[in-house]
Formats: sequence, structure tokens, C-alpha cells
Amino acid sequence: MQNIILSAKNLSTGYANQLFLENINLQIPESSYVAVVGPNGSGKTTFLKTILGLKKNYTGELLINNEKPENVPSTWIGYVPQIKTIDRSFPALPIELVASGIKKNWVGVIPKEAKDKAMEILTEVGADSYAFKSIEQLSGGQLQRVFLARSLVRKPKLLLLDEPATGIDLVCELSINSLINEYNKKHNVTVIMVTHDWSAAYHHTNFVLLLNKKQIYFGESKSAFTDENLQNTFSHSGHHHDIKFGMKELVNA
Amino acid sequence: MLDFLNYTFMQNALLAGVLIGFLASYYGVFVVQRKMSFLGSGLSHSAFGGVALGILLNTEPLWIAIPFTMLVAIAIVYLKDKTGIETDTSIGILFSVSVAIGIILLSLRTNYSGDAYSYLFGSILSVSTNDIIVTAILSVITLATFFFKWASWAYASFDSELAISDKINVLRDDYLLNVLIAITIVVAMKIVGIILISAFLVIPAASGKIISKTFFQMTIISIIIGITSSIVGLILSYYFDIPSGAVIILFQTLIFLIFGIIKRK
Repeated sequence: MQNIILSAKNLSTGYANQLFLENINLQIPESSYVAVVGPNGSGKTTFLKTILGLKKNYTGELLINNEKPENVPSTWIGYVPQIKTIDRSFPALPIELVASGIKKNWVGVIPKEAKDKAMEILTEVGADSYAFKSIEQLSGGQLQRVFLARSLVRKPKLLLLDEPATGIDLVCELSINSLINEYNKKHNVTVIMVTHDWSAAYHHTNFVLLLNKKQIYFGESKSAFTDENLQNTFSHSGHHHDIKFGMKELVNA
Repeated sequence: MLDFLNYTFMQNALLAGVLIGFLASYYGVFVVQRKMSFLGSGLSHSAFGGVALGILLNTEPLWIAIPFTMLVAIAIVYLKDKTGIETDTSIGILFSVSVAIGIILLSLRTNYSGDAYSYLFGSILSVSTNDIIVTAILSVITLATFFFKWASWAYASFDSELAISDKINVLRDDYLLNVLIAITIVVAMKIVGIILISAFLVIPAASGKIISKTFFQMTIISIIIGITSSIVGLILSYYFDIPSGAVIILFQTLIFLIFGIIKRK
């Protein structure tokens, strides 16, 4: 029996009159690769932020390796936020971002030891060539790699990625996907990735969580994308969007 | 040439100038990076309410202005945290309320003299021993924050959620930062003047930002500009007999322009 790294029972986040996430029940075994799929505003990011302990207004039970989010040591979780939310006007270098991941705080002057460690992980994700370039000048994919390095340097048990594929080109996306895949397999890291990319979710992940404020589906990826599930996830009451049935091909493939 | 050093008022002004130059340019980097430039205007105009109350009560305005402005600084963070009102909105409200209070209080004092002029535009003649003591204490506290708080303020300035996820108490840090900025503004008021303080907070940091690759560099360069411009500004103010605040700000603007041109090349 595998360890359960994350378990949620009747988890809801938000205020009594406005819930952003409703009634989540799931158990994620250690070292699995989970995709969280849903339309905009469906609570995907809220789900990640609740796990991170950023959303304190949750009810129900949420345990990460048997600890409540507020008691989870920050080294257990690596978090790659949506790159578009990062303030790139902040004067910073990739090496500093990674060093802040090591020190769990900003660092004015990076000690040699932390610098070496940061360079090592930046090399591993293929970001060493721009370690000392201002973050303002990096492309979305490059910054994505830096943040990946920043979260991996802690050797986390759980890696949370918020739309790593958004705003970067396909080549970057494929290589970042394979980096994540590799880490998931090699280091037994559990990966939870918010994504719009159903096909990547179908092919690469073990589990899929379909969200539309409520939990539509949680289980094996291969049986996630049924017509019914997709309709419940992506349609709102009143009318249908036919495009969603394009997934049928993929599911039957 | 250095005859101005023989005057006590000038010694006081230079000492206070160096300290407030350091304080404002140090806190300025957070103000600039968090896009809170309006905070400087807001708090300095709030300080005006406190000064007016001090003048009315015939006491040292500093003792009223400091708690008054601190209260406004706390209220700004509190309103944002509890009601979700945007910072610039709450500053806008508290700013006008304080000025309104200040105007009414000043109008109550019938034999009111020209004291307000030096608060509005800054004067090197007005620095008292009290001002220097308060500024010195604040500088010691601020120097300590450089070692104990700079990193977490910097982290939260970059991304407050990342900082919170690393167990940094960002809300408590924000209260502390705002209160220290409030006191800085009150002590800088005598030399720089209420009207020009927001520029005094912002220009050294903005200049530092232009030529810095890291936030640490930006902080150091900003402090150097802050201190240098205070000294140069005060000396020019002495020789040409013009308000100190205006000279300091214009000198800082010159540095800002030079950095901008260098960067462009």
C-alpha cells in the first residue's frame, strides 16, 4: 500500500456566501503525477493555494503527509506560480531567486555554498547560461525553468505547478514537461499540475482532478475525459459548447 | 569655505540631513518596488494634521505628529487587510481627512504665525535638538532592520504569496514597515517639507533601480544618493538662501536624469 501524500475530505475554500472550491474529496498516493483541469475561475489555483497554506478560510480536512497546511514545513512543497503573476520589474537575478528558495528568504549577498548549490540545480534544468541575467530580460519559458529550479532545490515531497505551459512556446513546453516527468520518476516527487492541456494530462499523468468549483472527477487519467465529465466540467447551465466533444477522439485513441 | 560648519544650526541640519537622507532612501526602495509612491504624499499630509494639532496645543508638533501619522499608517494596512479596499483608496481618504482636520485646527488658532511655511517647504533653520534625537533613534532602529528585516521585506516586495508560503509573517512586517516609514516622514518634514517628501522617498530609489541588477544593489545605491543629495542640498541651500527641500529634490532629479541617460546609451 502506497503512502498517501495528500488527502482532502469535504474540503471547501472561500466564504460561506462565496465558495471558490467546494467539497473536494480525494487521496493522492505518493509519487503520482496529477493534473488539475477546469475552466477559468473553476478553483484550480485556489486548490493549490489552499495546499500551500495561503488560503486560511477553508473548511473540511486537508492533510499533506498527515500534516495540516499551516503545520507543513515549507521545504516539503515546491511551488511554481503562474509566470504571468510574477513582477518582472523587480531587480533580481535567477541565481537570487534560487538562493531565496534555499534560504527561505530573500538574500542580499549570496553565500558561496548557496551559490554553488543554486548553480548546480540551474544547470540541471538547463538554465545556467542565464543565471546572472536580469529576470526582466528572460522569456516566459526561461523564467519558468528558473522557478522550477527554485522549487526543486528544496527537494520537495510535493511539487505544485500553476499552468506551467501558459505563455511559453511549444518547444519550451515540451522540454519543461519532460523535465517535470523526469523529476517525478527519478526523485519520487508527487506533482500536482494545473493545466489547460487535456492531451498532456491524458498522456503524462496518473491522475486527473476535474474541477468546476466542485469536484467533477478524481481518478485515473485514462478514464477521466468522458463526454459526461467534460460536459460537467466545461459547460455552464443553459447552453452547450460543442467543442468539448473533440476530446472523444483522444479518449477512444 | 567651510565656514558654515561653525554655525550650530548648520551642524544640526547637516547631521539631521545625513540621517533622514539615509532613512528616506532606504525605505524608498520598498515604496518604489511596491508601487506605493502615493503613501509618501498620504502620510506627509497626515503629518500636517498632527503638526496643526501640536501648534494648536502649543506643544512640540513632533510629539503629536509622530503618533498621529503612525495611526494613519496602521489604518492603511488595516483597511486593506480587513476590507480589501485598495491601498491608494484608503490613502486618498485618510490623506484628505487629515488635511481637513489640520486646516480646521489651524484656523482655530487666531494668532497663528508663519510656522507652517517651514513645515510645508522645509527649512534648515528649524532643526531642533529634539528632532535630532528622534532621528538618531530611528536611524539606529532602521540600521537594525537592515540586518533583520530587509530580507523579508524584500521577499514580500517581490511576491508576498511566495513569502507567506515560506512562513514569513508578511502582515506583521507590513505594519512595521509602514509605521517606520510614517516616523521617517515626520522627522524628514522639517528639512524637506511636507509637499516634497514623497519625491524624497521615491527619487533616490528610482534612480538606484535604473542602474541596478539586484534589489540589494538598488538599496545601497539609493542610500548613497539619499545621503549625498542631503549634504549637497543643505550646503547649496545655505549659500543661496533657498528652501532646503527644493534644492535636495532638484539635485536628486539631476542624478535621476544622468542615470537615465547613462542607461539609455
